[in-house]
Amino acid sequence: MSAREEGAPASQIESRTRAARAAAWLTRVPRFEHGSRVPGWDEAVDLEKDPALIPDPEQVEVPEGLRREIEARMRDYPDRRSAALPALRAAQELHGWCSPEALEQVACVMRVTPGYLESVATFYDMLEVHPVPAHDVYVCTNISCSLRGADDLYETLRAAAGDDVNVRAFECLGACDIAPMASVDGTYIGPLSTADVPVLLDDLRAGREVLADRHLSRRPVADPRGRESSGEGHLGGGS
Amino acid sequence: MAVAPALLLFDGIDIPGLRTLEVYEGRGGYESLRKALAQEPQEVLATLEASEIRGRGGAGFAMGKKISFLPKGAIERYLVCNADESEPGTFKDRELLEKNPHMLIEGIVIASYAAGASRSFIYIRGEYVEPALALEQAIAEARAAGYIGEHILGSGHSLSLVLHRGAGAYICGEETALLDSLEGKRGNPRLKPPFPANQGLYQGPTLINNVETLATVPSIVRLGGEEYARIGVANSTGTKLVSVSGHVQRPGNYEVELGIPSRELIYDLAGGPPEGRKVKCWFPGGSSSPVLTGDDLDVPYDFDSMAKAGSMLGSGAVIVVDDATPILDVALKVAKFYRHESCGKCTPCREGTNWTVKMLERIETGEATPMDLEIMASVQEHIIGNCLCVLGDAMAMPIGSMIAKFRDEFEDHIERARAARGTA
Repeated sequence: MSAREEGAPASQIESRTRAARAAAWLTRVPRFEHGSRVPGWDEAVDLEKDPALIPDPEQVEVPEGLRREIEARMRDYPDRRSAALPALRAAQELHGWCSPEALEQVACVMRVTPGYLESVATFYDMLEVHPVPAHDVYVCTNISCSLRGADDLYETLRAAAGDDVNVRAFECLGACDIAPMASVDGTYIGPLSTADVPVLLDDLRAGREVLADRHLSRRPVADPRGRESSGEGHLGGGS
Repeated sequence: MAVAPALLLFDGIDIPGLRTLEVYEGRGGYESLRKALAQEPQEVLATLEASEIRGRGGAGFAMGKKISFLPKGAIERYLVCNADESEPGTFKDRELLEKNPHMLIEGIVIASYAAGASRSFIYIRGEYVEPALALEQAIAEARAAGYIGEHILGSGHSLSLVLHRGAGAYICGEETALLDSLEGKRGNPRLKPPFPANQGLYQGPTLINNVETLATVPSIVRLGGEEYARIGVANSTGTKLVSVSGHVQRPGNYEVELGIPSRELIYDLAGGPPEGRKVKCWFPGGSSSPVLTGDDLDVPYDFDSMAKAGSMLGSGAVIVVDDATPILDVALKVAKFYRHESCGKCTPCREGTNWTVKMLERIETGEATPMDLEIMASVQEHIIGNCLCVLGDAMAMPIGSMIAKFRDEFEDHIERARAARGTA
């Protein structure tokens, strides 16, 4: 111990380097102005605010079509809360995104709190909790597509798209047979190259069928025996 | 090469209009259902057990055994078809759903009869818009024709079927997360046990099967369990849809007899890597399976052989990586995916995936030391078996295997990146 005490300056040096290291670390990690990496860390919770309640049907106006859709979906399940995803999707289709207004309307019909629906909406990639452009282009950038050039495709699309197209890098979309590919407003299209980007965006904006020759739904199965057994001579004699 | 057995799942898959009831019935569709309903549920279950079919979704659990685990008695049982197909590299169910939805519906009705389930659900991933549309139309047709509903074909069996669309979350392919999602919650996995067979959907006994497993059921009933078990090899019976993707010339779905040499699958069917390139590594069962190398191409493609080779058959998704691709790129892609998809419930997975990505990025930027490889390997070991579900394991297994098998390349990459950083 005594040897250590004598070496007090050394430990000071050590603590100084540790502080320097900590300071270096602080600057390396992106942080908010308040020093934390968590947004809103410096904002106090409003303790006076009432907890969000299940909206009062008297006060919330729900579009008739949306109400009917949600009520129909709730009847599909033993527990009405199972309809949360279909209901949120219906509301998103109507409002463009899961806006506070949309959540309130769904909450009102489903008899749950908007907070519950928000917790659900923030979990799923396809439910948008911020306003987004009208058209969705999901570019698969997972392993199989990325091995075939999906990252370049995504960057090019992203740079070429304007404010009217929601270009997102998406996890495996389950169409590695047409890699690299994209889901354009729900339609699977591929294989795509960066050269296809201008045509894709033009078609999309003009409301035309996007790259009609590249739709996955028109592609025959890869298995040669699957193709053979689908030939005309085999019609009706399969099983 | 032995004579390949007849196609069971892809027979006539591209016949125009196969997705309609008219064409499907014209090809003998729903005959297996009639045959099954004429038997006692126990007989149908015995047929499924005799077929020895193992689940096609990834875990490879025997389907018949799964059904037999359901508690007996007057209790509401559920059947859930897992159509969330989101394991990277897997796209086999999509082809079935979109082109032959009635085969799946027939399989669901037969399986529900054997399991005594009165309510069934298909959980399809939200991204599958066109397959969902095909299924929706097929369900409406089947309902109108009396294949779904009260007293199916005049029997005592009744079944409701609801198509439930997800909204984009890989974790919802995990069976208990899927159940939470189906109940309208965030898709967080549950603690097991209790297993879904005892306490699943709405706390009731639940049978969960993959699309391909259920779509095979009509063929099993048609052939008979023993006859089906003759296809394939011991402990891996039947045919399997395999999705081959990545660096191959003919990526796509192939129906093969289990037990064929992997080389046949990758080279003969999918055309192998582009001219002049060699197989560097391949995932035999989706991006969650430990990688195999070019030396493992003669391993038979079946459940046990893959396990013996240190990997797994998983969902039957073969991803081929050629020798022009740095292993670091593959590792980083895989790790980033699992980091994004971790639901955050268990610490080893939430933190482990994040730190693995950070350490791999350090290699890329030249900040890593060879010691980082040890730390990274130990992080993987600490994830495996320590979480509620296997999402963390699904990253730890392939990353661990890459570090073990391509250690020289990682070390080389570390040194080169460090040198480049030093001179910059």
